[in-house]
Amino acid sequence: MEELIEKLKREVIEQLNLEDISPEDIEADSPLFGEGLGLDSIDALELIVLLEKKYGLKIEDPKDGKKIFHSIRTMAEYITEHQKA
Amino acid sequence: MAKRVVVTGIGILSSIGRNLPETIESILASRSGIGKLHHLDSPLKEEFPFAEVPYSNKELLSLAHLSDPANYSRNALLGMIAAREAFQHAQLDKIPSLRTGLISATTVGGMDQCELYFNDFLTNDSKNQYIDVYDCADSTEKIADLLQIGDYLTTISTACSSAANAILLSARMIRSGRLDRVVAGGTEALTSFHLNGFNALKILDKLPCRPFDANRNGITLGEGAAYVILESEEAARAGNREIYAELAGYGNACEAFHQTASTPDGKGAFIAMERALKVGGIEASAIDYINAHGTGTDNNDIAEGFAIMRLFGEHIPKMSSTKPFTGHMTSAAGSAEAILSILALTHRMVLPNMNLETTMPELHFTPVTKLIQDIDINLVMSNSFGFGGNNTSLIFKKFTNHK
Amino acid sequence: MTAFINGIGLISPQHTADPGVFLPDIVEYTTDFLQAIDPKYKEFINPIAARRMSRLIKMGITSAKMALSDAGCQMPDAIITGTGLGSVEDTEKILSGMNAGEQLMNPTPFIQSTYNTISSQIAITLKCHNYNSTYVHRSFSFESALQDALIQFEEHIAEYALVGGIDEMTSNHLQITRRAGHWKMQPVNNLQLLTDKTPGALAGEGAAYFLLGDRHASSTYATLNDVKTLYNLNKATDQEGAINTFLADNDLTTDQLDAVILGYNGDVLFDEIYDRLGSGIFQQKQQLWYKHLCGEYYTSTGFALWLAANVLKHQLIPAAIKLNNHPSRQLQHILIYNQYRNTNHSLFLLSR
Repeated sequence: MEELIEKLKREVIEQLNLEDISPEDIEADSPLFGEGLGLDSIDALELIVLLEKKYGLKIEDPKDGKKIFHSIRTMAEYITEHQKA
Repeated sequence: MAKRVVVTGIGILSSIGRNLPETIESILASRSGIGKLHHLDSPLKEEFPFAEVPYSNKELLSLAHLSDPANYSRNALLGMIAAREAFQHAQLDKIPSLRTGLISATTVGGMDQCELYFNDFLTNDSKNQYIDVYDCADSTEKIADLLQIGDYLTTISTACSSAANAILLSARMIRSGRLDRVVAGGTEALTSFHLNGFNALKILDKLPCRPFDANRNGITLGEGAAYVILESEEAARAGNREIYAELAGYGNACEAFHQTASTPDGKGAFIAMERALKVGGIEASAIDYINAHGTGTDNNDIAEGFAIMRLFGEHIPKMSSTKPFTGHMTSAAGSAEAILSILALTHRMVLPNMNLETTMPELHFTPVTKLIQDIDINLVMSNSFGFGGNNTSLIFKKFTNHK
Repeated sequence: MTAFINGIGLISPQHTADPGVFLPDIVEYTTDFLQAIDPKYKEFINPIAARRMSRLIKMGITSAKMALSDAGCQMPDAIITGTGLGSVEDTEKILSGMNAGEQLMNPTPFIQSTYNTISSQIAITLKCHNYNSTYVHRSFSFESALQDALIQFEEHIAEYALVGGIDEMTSNHLQITRRAGHWKMQPVNNLQLLTDKTPGALAGEGAAYFLLGDRHASSTYATLNDVKTLYNLNKATDQEGAINTFLADNDLTTDQLDAVILGYNGDVLFDEIYDRLGSGIFQQKQQLWYKHLCGEYYTSTGFALWLAANVLKHQLIPAAIKLNNHPSRQLQHILIYNQYRNTNHSLFLLSR
């Protein structure tokens, strides 16, 4: 899980073009949206693309994204759970 | 006292008709143009409905009375057909000496051709004649060449408010004395490029769009072209031609909030509508009907709804979104819906907001869901709000012969 | 209606980003296209906000901020942009993806590919709810934006208008449009452009924003008297006639011009238009050119306007832009004339 979390941090930085942020700057449990990194609805869509392209997981309804993308850890948990299936 | 700017010609080509008479027929029959894609080969065609113009490019060429396909994009063909209808409707060739402009709007430009040939452009010379068709000016210049308009040309792209801004600029050019009349409007063809783009934003509805419905789930993309002829009153009276409406007010405002979303309380929409009323010296309570932007997205409809409630207070006029008829014609929506608004004046009707089953609990007004006829409409407001927060509101008034 | 050029921000292939110095040097290139020199965008744009900004958008926002700062203005009454091609880079990203059969498109390049995103992002940065528009008509784009602003001043609905012209070039786009005969087939030296005598122009890119005001200010460079666009003036007599009419509409004749800035771009097929005017109505005039410094792009007259404004402000003409030697006692009126493939012609008149 921790390995996936570190990998996700790098992928999120790349996907969202967060040039000035390094993986160390992102806490696994900090909220990604609103406060924390202050990401928005378009970033959520980009993360949906990330999940599908890199992990083969399709999210049909962007509203589901709120829970899944709450933090890096919730993303990692979602991936771990759904990739097993 | 500012010069009066009036509408003397109309041309429209969309999924609900090849021209103005067919469009009126569809409205009176409450017949929507939304259905399956037949001409654009998109992987999304099974998944979403669209409001496609039901003619192939070859058929459009014929409708445009042209025989050589040359390097006409679908965008240009749609525009040429509708602009010519408007030009002829207004009999502009009767008085050739007046200063005539063309202000057109588009965002996709010639992409319907270029997306097919991108690989050729990179690797060989077989499709070179389409390279210069890519940009937004191409369709405008093709229309200008067809109609022999040369006094003033430009093209506007402000996403879904583009054609409304074309109308707004035209009025200002006429009032400032730079032009006597303008062919104003927009054209937009469906392309895989923007179908995929809207899909990436996850705002396409799998069902035909349901503006202002509590269960609405997004946009139905449409295509087409729509132009109005705007003239100074003086120019319009020359040649004994008919005047269909007056452009009484216009307002442009920027949401300045987010690239794709409106502020939850519809600040940009409010300011645009308020400015349109101010320019026209019109009280909100005098508006009889609002042709809303009403795309069917979560965000637009609630933002626009709140803005309407705030601006109109106790006197919310009859309102509807006509996008269930035509789909969302993006850069042509502003002029297509201006035309539908003018029809409300000339045909004494309020157009219905179709596909509405459950009203939005957040709003304390309900759109009109069935066509209303035999009703006196004197002032109509037409809203167009685009990505990037480019918001424009137009007000059309029944034309009366007073000095 | 006259407007006052009170602030300018220009990002170009020359050292033009500092408003305190006027062409301190001339950068020489031997290249396929002149690339704009990027300033440190981080000094102008919050890095988190910049995540969703293509280079084109960064160029636009930065030059807009430079213009506002130069004029000491915080909030314009209008933000109007002209761009002939919009974001070429993002459009290509999407088309390449589609070409490769990708089903899933990223939303960011799609949003960035819309032409109005530059004007919109400037408004978001400033939280400006005022008038906002974007013109996209080849080499009428910047001119149309200026004309819109001039009408706003006539209508007395604006005191300040932020108006820009911006276009970018990429290697892919150059390669594609080369097939349509727009550009030189080989790299050229920009300073030797007019000796080349072959078809095709030298491509370029840039972003120029101007803060126009309805009155004179301490930061005023010059007045912008008029801008005119003319379509399909194919014959030489039409061109001369149009120029004379334009000047007459502004109560001037060619006699009163102190300099003319011409849009020579190295394309021998179209530069002859300027040659004819140069040996005709402009024979006794100080002739200047600019596209060896910025290259050819749809909104390159933004660079020309910057040049003219600075010549009038400093009352000096850099040697590098002179085509001949007909000095004026004082520099009062400048005409800019540009044409694109003998189809889109534009005229600007500036005064001190």
